[in-house]
Amino acid sequence: MAALSRADVEHVAHLARLGLSEDELSRLETELNHILEQYAVLARLDTDVIPPTAQTIELENILRDDEPGPSLPVTDVLANAADVADDFIVVPAILAAPDATGR
Amino acid sequence: MSGIRPAPSGADEELTRLGVGELGALLRRGEVTATQVALAHLERAERQNRALNAWLHLDREAALTAAGEADRRLAEARRSGSEALAACHPLLGIPVGLKDLVSVRGGPCTAGSRILAGYRAPYDAHITERLRAVGAVILGKTNMDEFAMGSSTEHSAYGPTANPWALDRVPGGSSGGSAAAVAAYHVPAAIGTDTGGSIRQPASLCGIVGLKPTYGRVSRYGIVAFASSLDQIGPFGRSVADAAVLLHAVAGRDERDSTSAPVSVPDELLALPDDGGAADWLRGRRLALPREYFVPGMEPGVEARVREAVAALEAAGAVIEEVSLPHTEYGLASYYIVAPAEASANLARYDGVRFGPRLGDGRDYVADYKRTRGEGFGAEVKRRIMLGTYALSAGYYDAYYLKAQKVRTLIKADFDRVFAAGFEAIVAPTSPTVAFPLGAKLADPVAMYLSDACTLPVNMAGLPGLSVPCGLSEGLPVGLQLIGPPWSELTLLRLGRAYEAITADAPWRRLEPSDLAALDDPATPTPAERLALARAAAAATA
Repeated sequence: MAALSRADVEHVAHLARLGLSEDELSRLETELNHILEQYAVLARLDTDVIPPTAQTIELENILRDDEPGPSLPVTDVLANAADVADDFIVVPAILAAPDATGR
Repeated sequence: MSGIRPAPSGADEELTRLGVGELGALLRRGEVTATQVALAHLERAERQNRALNAWLHLDREAALTAAGEADRRLAEARRSGSEALAACHPLLGIPVGLKDLVSVRGGPCTAGSRILAGYRAPYDAHITERLRAVGAVILGKTNMDEFAMGSSTEHSAYGPTANPWALDRVPGGSSGGSAAAVAAYHVPAAIGTDTGGSIRQPASLCGIVGLKPTYGRVSRYGIVAFASSLDQIGPFGRSVADAAVLLHAVAGRDERDSTSAPVSVPDELLALPDDGGAADWLRGRRLALPREYFVPGMEPGVEARVREAVAALEAAGAVIEEVSLPHTEYGLASYYIVAPAEASANLARYDGVRFGPRLGDGRDYVADYKRTRGEGFGAEVKRRIMLGTYALSAGYYDAYYLKAQKVRTLIKADFDRVFAAGFEAIVAPTSPTVAFPLGAKLADPVAMYLSDACTLPVNMAGLPGLSVPCGLSEGLPVGLQLIGPPWSELTLLRLGRAYEAITADAPWRRLEPSDLAALDDPATPTPAERLALARAAAAATA
């Protein structure tokens, strides 16, 4: 299997939303490639006709009755939030503010 | 040694040497109170934690409140008569420790991570509710590898834990704090979680009993998730019976965890056979010895102890046959794809919005996420998030994640075949090595991952596994692993009980962890200081 380049490591760090220092990126490049070498053993197994296992107990479609029950008090729920306004958690803006032309 | 603080008066200290069954008998007879029992354990834990670092939080006030409540329940039961007393759960009034990823309402729950510093659990985990209901006394929360990722407890953001058998060695991990606390007599029993060996391996390295139940046996509601198709909660104790009692208290279906299975929890867990009965039970049982579990790199002393244990079981009437679990060698690689992949998804929630401090200036939310996560997570967690993200990323999903899930099918089929052939359990080593020195494997992630070579296939197959002490190698404990088909915990615990019975007179059974006295010496370095010394020595020779 292909080795990870420095650019690959940076791309994966971006996907994972991990801010890493230059030192960390260098160390991870070495370590991840060493770990990926261990994965190569899997290529020896022919698994074309083998179904995948995602979970090991045969429980399916576990549903409950759609009955409202008691919930935690709002103050308890908000107690751990980094930023709160009234009964709401303030989240960072993910859309840019409209400019002067209104767009 | 002159520096050793005088241990507090003998009677209280002696209480800490007792197991769940013995303490329960004293409590029911009214010879001691739950408050006395809690104080004896709290004082020992508070006094020794500097040198052991098994506890991240000890909550004296909450523990004494719970102990007072247990004393009221015991007094009421005594007034009502012997039937009411007999109906009390064996954990009533017994101190327990919880790995610091179990929610206790209003208390901290760090999962060993900086990113959860200051977080307060808004509700009780299911198992916390169950422990409160039976009257157990929660003393506090134990140290662990960050987000349960590790085999040594050195990946805790709050410093490593020492092994009571040798303070310059690791207790195993990730539930190393719970294992060390039980081995050092801070509590008779404790809760851990096991995703790839995190209960069984530290139990083995600390010379105690640890059980990873069947996937689905215990509700994980209120537990910090690592890898959701593998994680399972289980007990530690110094005896098989004590571990069984703790399992009984926490196991069973809970509608808030849809993966907890509607399988009944047998009350026989509370009445495992005595020595004679256990040895009788063992006769004629068919046990499988998998040749692949004597892995390359296994220490000769570990292999010798395990083979002696197998010989002892055979001499006592068990029928042992060698079997093959041919896909064992693929366990490590497939596990280290599946577990990091699931972890990378589970840990996405630590973003400074849902959990964690919000770092950054608020102008670019992606940059702020990166800073929060980059500063909040330790090196091993970052490594696993990177591995998991890569394995799930476009173009690699089939080559890594799907392939690993297919190999998982083959690993599970190996076990299914052995149990379908009529074997009641598999007997194997728990860990290929005894406890290793602090710092020895920190620089080589793959060497650390190999610590779990004999335990992680069991998680991949969703099976229960029990580790029981089977002697010492070079003065350090060795664990024997017993693996069974789904829901066979009672059989595994009876088998473990039988092994205890047939080795009851072995000289090593009378040994205590060798470094207990040093835990009371104020001159003893902390585990963090020991690790720093080990790292400095390694750097000097490099």
